[in-house]
Amino acid sequence: MSDGSMTIDAAIVPAGAARRSLPVHGSRRTYAAYALVAPAAALMLVMLLGPLAGVIALSFTDYQLGAPHFSWIGLANYQDLFADKVFWTALRNTLTYVVVVVPGAVIAGLAIALLIQSGTSLRSLYRTIYFLPVMATLIAMAVVWEFMLHPQFGLVNGLLRGAGLPAFAWLQDRSTALYALCAIGIWQAVGFNMVLFLAGLVSIPKQLYEAAEIDGASSGWARFRLVTWPMLGPVTTFVVVISGIRSFQVFDTVHVLTKGGPSKSTEVLIHTMYTEGFEFFRSGYAAAITVVFLVFVLALTLIKSRLADRGVHYT
Amino acid sequence: MAQIELSTIRKSFDGTDVLKGIDFRIEDGEFISLVGPSGCGKSTLLRIIAGLEPQNSGQVHIDGRPVDGIRPSARNLAMVFQSYALYPHLSTFDNIAVPLRMRRLSAIERLPLLGPLLPGRRAKERGIRADITAIAEQLDIAPLLRRKPGQLSGGQRQRVAVGRAMVREPLAFLFDEPLSNLDAKLRVHMRAELAELHRRLKATFVYVTHDQAEAMTMSSRIAVMMGGELIQVGTPAEIYNDPRDIRVAEFIGSPKINILPGRVRKDGGIDVLGSALRLACGATAGECRVGVRPERIDLGTGPFSGSVVHLENLGAEAFVHLAIEGAGLRLIARLADVRHLPAMGSPVAFGFASDAVQVFDPAGKRIPLRAEQSERVREPAHV
Repeated sequence: MSDGSMTIDAAIVPAGAARRSLPVHGSRRTYAAYALVAPAAALMLVMLLGPLAGVIALSFTDYQLGAPHFSWIGLANYQDLFADKVFWTALRNTLTYVVVVVPGAVIAGLAIALLIQSGTSLRSLYRTIYFLPVMATLIAMAVVWEFMLHPQFGLVNGLLRGAGLPAFAWLQDRSTALYALCAIGIWQAVGFNMVLFLAGLVSIPKQLYEAAEIDGASSGWARFRLVTWPMLGPVTTFVVVISGIRSFQVFDTVHVLTKGGPSKSTEVLIHTMYTEGFEFFRSGYAAAITVVFLVFVLALTLIKSRLADRGVHYT
Repeated sequence: MAQIELSTIRKSFDGTDVLKGIDFRIEDGEFISLVGPSGCGKSTLLRIIAGLEPQNSGQVHIDGRPVDGIRPSARNLAMVFQSYALYPHLSTFDNIAVPLRMRRLSAIERLPLLGPLLPGRRAKERGIRADITAIAEQLDIAPLLRRKPGQLSGGQRQRVAVGRAMVREPLAFLFDEPLSNLDAKLRVHMRAELAELHRRLKATFVYVTHDQAEAMTMSSRIAVMMGGELIQVGTPAEIYNDPRDIRVAEFIGSPKINILPGRVRKDGGIDVLGSALRLACGATAGECRVGVRPERIDLGTGPFSGSVVHLENLGAEAFVHLAIEGAGLRLIARLADVRHLPAMGSPVAFGFASDAVQVFDPAGKRIPLRAEQSERVREPAHV
């Protein structure tokens, strides 16, 4: 309430008066500015920074979910974590997943966007079809994928057998399980990337393509290299970072389809965190995993903002 | 350097005829302006010449060679777009280099990492650099070569776009309203620069504009287009002084030509505002329209009278707006001497010499005239 009245006071000070006695009104204006920022700042503190600080604090304790007491144990959680083979497996699997899914989803998304953009009819139909996986609940879709990848009566193996190729137990085989999850990850992310790329493609001025054509870029590839790819630069940076962060967060498919198995071959960071935190109730330890995860996401975000700063001047 | 020949070019978009059979020949080394109001099809015609738009029927010949079905990139024309269409991610140097690299380097040599390692690429790049430096000197953009288009002013971007067009010595230059994004002062300046460039290059220029002043000041010939048709082609002086159609007369010239209602009498004489002109024509009796340019109206003497309703004093000249009582008509007269302006609201007598008159039939076609007393044409017309 007092915030509100202060804001109004500051607002109705005549402009002339403010100019005459600048120091006094200057500080009142500062208060007003803080008052205006306060709601957003408070929300950010309560919803984002507070929990983050909580998680970081938790990672220095031996707190167990539901326990009445906890004690500070310093870096012991991190020592356990870095000595744990499962953590390193999970980290390696997560990075593998990111390295496969990000290029796959970005290139496929761009390719589909280009195909849709160059087509003349049924554009919105194709857009909807490719966007469906984004809208659908991944848990439900994971169940569908489970049937499709079933070793005996799955669609995928059925097709392979029909083509005379050997069948695989995709999700039950240590060598294929992670890559099967990668494929599902790409399938799910492509639609989102496609929409972003489509928006980027639409905003490229048509005259640039005409200028390129007149300048001698006769092949589609030459025009792509000269106009499309550079003009999509900012969109591509954004898509790569978003895909990277989302792939780091992979959890649903792992939890529904493999539970990290067989023999930890699909164990990923968030799944380890979930198991430790909500199955073994080692909340402090799970918090430490979360902090490691956050470091990676933060690094990606920093890379993105650096690239954006260096970004091209488009007018 | 080439001549461009268009024969019966037709084009329609979604059933609307945009071009209705254009026959036209652009001579080698000519600066031709396609001028007309927006929507008259002039830009479409330019895009058909460039190959960016296919015509529905008719042929385009460039340098005697039919180019229908040939890609724009293979026609060896250069185009300057209204938005300049510079590549925003490339520096001025690289923008101008694009047409040269596209033509002189092979697809493999253009590859980002591998290309520079190939033998011969260095020598070609040196040649490209020399050409660009020469162009930059000519256009006065040498200090801008490292900047991106976003860091350039409108006039500078304009020059870079012209440089990109010039650098590979095309058969002809196509300009699509290149000055319309500039402010008025810069536009006048660039007009002179472009005309000078044409004199230096002696290349064929095809220039599309809706601004009749640009067409009048730069071109060797003007082609006036209206409603998808070419109405008149001629030198600026011909178009201005001898329009074949009332639409041409009204479009060319600023301020607009004055149009007065008139009548052709049975004997071939012409009446305007109740006074007879010392002119005769062979047309059949009936309504007609009489056009007189503002600078041909003589204020102070003459059989007509009006009152001054508005004055525009530009310093070097002035425009007097006259209302004619009873006729509900407004006229504009140009006064060369601004020191003796009539007062607002004052009645003014006016007239015009009989050779200042252009008569059009009700369909808008020009009616040829013959003076009744040719020894007195310079004198104001009397009753």
